[in-house]
Amino acid sequence: MSRAARSPARAPGATLPYLLVAPAVLALCLALGYPLVRQLFLSFQEFGLAQQFGRPPEWVGLANYRELLADGYLWRVTARTVVFCLVNAAVTMFLGVGLALVMRAMSRPVRLLTQTGLLLAWAMPVVASLTVWQWLFDTQYGVVNHVLTSLGGDFEGHGWLLRPLSFFFVATVVVVWMSVPFVAFTVYAALTQVSEEMVEAAEIDGANAGQRLRHVVLPSIRPVLLVVGLLQVIWDLRVFTQVYILQEAGGSARATNLLGTYIYRLGIGGGDFGTSAAVAVFMLALTVVLTAPYVRAMLRQERGVA
Amino acid sequence: MARTPTRPVRWLADGTGLVAFVLAAFPVYWMVNSSFLDRNEIRNPVPTWVPFGGDLDNFRTVFASGQFVDAMKVSLMVTGLTLVVALTFAFVAAVALSRFRFRGRLSFIVTLLVIQMIPAEGLFISQYKMLETMELLNTVVGLTIVYVAGVLPFTIWTLRGFVEGVPYELEEAAMMDGCTRVQAFFRVTFPLLAPGLVATGVFGFIQAWNEFTLALVVMTREDQRTLPLWLSTFTDVNRGTDWGGIMAGSTLIAVPVIVFFLIVQGRMASGLTTGAVKG
Repeated sequence: MSRAARSPARAPGATLPYLLVAPAVLALCLALGYPLVRQLFLSFQEFGLAQQFGRPPEWVGLANYRELLADGYLWRVTARTVVFCLVNAAVTMFLGVGLALVMRAMSRPVRLLTQTGLLLAWAMPVVASLTVWQWLFDTQYGVVNHVLTSLGGDFEGHGWLLRPLSFFFVATVVVVWMSVPFVAFTVYAALTQVSEEMVEAAEIDGANAGQRLRHVVLPSIRPVLLVVGLLQVIWDLRVFTQVYILQEAGGSARATNLLGTYIYRLGIGGGDFGTSAAVAVFMLALTVVLTAPYVRAMLRQERGVA
Repeated sequence: MARTPTRPVRWLADGTGLVAFVLAAFPVYWMVNSSFLDRNEIRNPVPTWVPFGGDLDNFRTVFASGQFVDAMKVSLMVTGLTLVVALTFAFVAAVALSRFRFRGRLSFIVTLLVIQMIPAEGLFISQYKMLETMELLNTVVGLTIVYVAGVLPFTIWTLRGFVEGVPYELEEAAMMDGCTRVQAFFRVTFPLLAPGLVATGVFGFIQAWNEFTLALVVMTREDQRTLPLWLSTFTDVNRGTDWGGIMAGSTLIAVPVIVFFLIVQGRMASGLTTGAVKG
């Protein structure tokens, strides 16, 4: 039951609440609403270098979209983005949920130590963590190459960013490293709410540890798992910083572009604003499709409370 | 869990925990460690695992170039301005959402949720064009405009939770005692909200301080770079990268954030999940 339901409805005239939300609404309209509309227009225009130098943009209808959809590269980038997103979200969820479950069986000091480590990783600024991981994976002096070589591998002078697959391996390591703490902490908090009696009852009924986990523990934290999983999908779909910085550090941009970096390189890098706006609209549509179930679920909950 | 696990299970769990700790904490440790090592030790094929006998030369190099200080000024201005504007706007909006029922309230809440799904990459092209038209590229004000919109939804969402956490009955009691509605709010509810405001503010600070993507788009000129941009171009100078200097720079940027984060984490973690799960 939300407080709002009990507070006085429309007491001091109906305008006050509107005045209170007005600044936020105006700011959002200016910085998000207007660009969104402008982007739609832009995506129907020819807007390249000539327009940057003052030539008026030319309306080309759906030409930008037609050109893009016919271009195999957009589909390759889209497939890459979706696969990267799903792999990262899956690995993050697996490690995060696994760690949360194991945390319950740890002795207190070890659990505190583990949580401290996770907090440190969680708190690291993205760009700082990227520089460190680059340094760890450095071709000549990186610790990773040194350790792998001393374990008997042939990693002396191995360049991790040169090949797309190994480039994405490094990107995944960075993304997963940054994302696991949130999952582990949230799921661990949910696990502490699981009813002890139910687990014990299942045990008395003869369920072994695996069965208790599958039939009692996981179902009772299902809502939290769903929300956290969907958030991972949303966040991993928009990975930009990690890929961009690793590209600048020596990856081939063309072979490793995801949707975000593709838009950037087309528009800001290449000056082709019309086409890049079309890709951006495409990306927004993709986000809507992938997150619609989540928004609907939240909406239902909000209606239920308010 | 009340039940104690059997001994082998506990050993296995503790072993996993130690591995997880090392994997999670080592990069942070390595950043700080490397920042104290001099050029020869950094370039030693055998890594120097502990920084004993290290010095502060890398930090001196960072400050000596002057670019770090310039970037810090830009970062401080953008972050400060963003915080002041976003917190003010978000606070009054949160009060409206939690203390009033009005037509459009639900649509506004849903809009806030939807906005949080929008990837920055999906809009930055037209935000760039907009700021170009307004002649606000490479300005603190320009970057602040897009940052405010970026942190507002989350800030409103969390502050609304904090306002709703203060029982309206307290205000009613104050009004019975002769306060006006506005007085009741500022004398009773507002002081109770201070911790929530601080926590939300710190969280907004961390977001704006760390932000990279929009800064990259808006601040294209070298003298207008924010700290994350400065750090990313530092590594860009590839051949013969000065890893010691980079790690010193990273440490300088990361340490305040880590400290702030550890302070507010508990409070925000609960706010985050309640915000994400229920209204």
